[in-house]
Amino acid sequence: MRDLAIQLDNLTRDFETVRAVDGLSLEVPAGTIFGFLGPNGAGKTTTIRLLLGLLEPSDGQARVLGYDPCTQSQEIRTRTGALLEHSGVYEHLSARDNLEFYARAYRLPTAEREARIRDLLEQMGLWERCTDQAGTWSKGMQQKLALARALLHRPSLVLLDEPTAGLDVPSAAAVREDLAELAEREGTTVFLTTHNMAEAERLCSRVAVIRHGRLVAIGSPDELRARSGGGARVEVSGRGFTEQALALLRARPEVAGVALQNSHLEIDLRHDAATAPLVSLLVGAGAEVEEVRRGKASLEDVFMTLMQEEEQDA
Amino acid sequence: MLEDILSVIWKESKSQFRVRGSRLRFVGLIFSPFLLGTIFPISWGPDWLHQLPPLAVATITSVIIVAVMVPEAIAGERERHTLETLLASRLPDRAILVGKLLVPLAVGCGLAILANLCSVVVVNIAYWQGEFLFFSAPIALGSLALSFLMALLTAGAGVFVSLKAATAQEAAQILTFGILIPPMLLQIVPLLFRDQMTHFLDTVNGPQLLLIVLAVLVVLDVLVLLAAVTRFRRARLIAV
Repeated sequence: MRDLAIQLDNLTRDFETVRAVDGLSLEVPAGTIFGFLGPNGAGKTTTIRLLLGLLEPSDGQARVLGYDPCTQSQEIRTRTGALLEHSGVYEHLSARDNLEFYARAYRLPTAEREARIRDLLEQMGLWERCTDQAGTWSKGMQQKLALARALLHRPSLVLLDEPTAGLDVPSAAAVREDLAELAEREGTTVFLTTHNMAEAERLCSRVAVIRHGRLVAIGSPDELRARSGGGARVEVSGRGFTEQALALLRARPEVAGVALQNSHLEIDLRHDAATAPLVSLLVGAGAEVEEVRRGKASLEDVFMTLMQEEEQDA
Repeated sequence: MLEDILSVIWKESKSQFRVRGSRLRFVGLIFSPFLLGTIFPISWGPDWLHQLPPLAVATITSVIIVAVMVPEAIAGERERHTLETLLASRLPDRAILVGKLLVPLAVGCGLAILANLCSVVVVNIAYWQGEFLFFSAPIALGSLALSFLMALLTAGAGVFVSLKAATAQEAAQILTFGILIPPMLLQIVPLLFRDQMTHFLDTVNGPQLLLIVLAVLVVLDVLVLLAAVTRFRRARLIAV
């Protein structure tokens, strides 16, 4: 049996007026980067708090690194690094002191502590300014510092709650790059919540989508594409895409969806359907086709489809 | 556990004096006790060393310092959004709480002792009688014990106030206001129970009265601290 870093079984958490997590069951294999996707208020942060034992579940069970968060949360926190909703950086302390405190908290031996802090800060390009007060740093630098703090004690599992939220594009890209490199080098399991689909697509080998605390879908990005309409997408550029031509396309069984924007047609396919018959159909209907490209639907499209399906089911 | 407490103490000792405005505030705070430990002994003379006011100076000093520092340590941490990350670490609840309370207690009680030692120096310089004058034993021990126990009580109350208040400043204001209530009550109680009080005070001497007060404080401290430990638990600290 493969090692599981996280195992949730019907995990539920109620607050006074709302059920934040609703019967969540999923498994996260060890050594993977797992994306936990959902819109705002979906229950992502509550799930992380439950995993860390910061909140107690109303029902269901969880195992994190083989431990029960209700009774063995100390064991979990000892082996886990966390970057939560807020970076948690002490702005009035230097970057070095921020890491020094958590290195002491995780009982890193003095000699190793020094080396590890320097190593992480150098990798993230922060060493030159390590004696500056962290409050004088940009948000991106603070977020990198928080990421370094989460990895400081070489945890088996890192829980990251929207690590690039609020960052500008270069900072977010830098944090993602550091995260991917560090996770690969340290062999850590990463549980990443985000509503940035591109981020999940780039980093995660498996993703789960939740909404209103309920699991909507789980699998690799490709599996989710397949589940929400086949996964292949054909983009056609040209002119003369009439309503009649679009109706003919929509009537085809292999076509999951058709969208026209200006002179750009997007056709979502079910399974691995062939492209040529569809192009012939368009040409036959009077369209002038200039360019045809076949690719995959973005995870964002898959996410939107899943959300729509979930809404219809509800 | 001890190592964890020391880690929190290390962080708190750095944090408390680096938060914006804290140094200026701290200079103001330590200036007041030294002022009290200078002006009153000069006007009282050598009697200062054998009367009750040194107890009041030591107690006021420690209590005020704790009333300002504990909210900074707890409500301030929450206000700056660093508390949840701290709670997500491996540090046990009790180590966090104890570490956060020990630094204000050490600073408060340390300054209380310094204020009283300052008054001893002032009395000896201003009223030198050929030999070194010092507090009588009940006053010396009493001021130590009273300032510590009152500071501990304030620290325990500070935990509750800090967990309720929105900001560290609000918590400090509530706590400082709360500190004024017991002295006000102490002024009303003798009016309501004059006969009983007179009878009671006739039966005990000063040191005995001090011991009774200290014993009551010990009980109150234990109760408040137990309640604070119970309240300061991760599952009850995370704001939803």
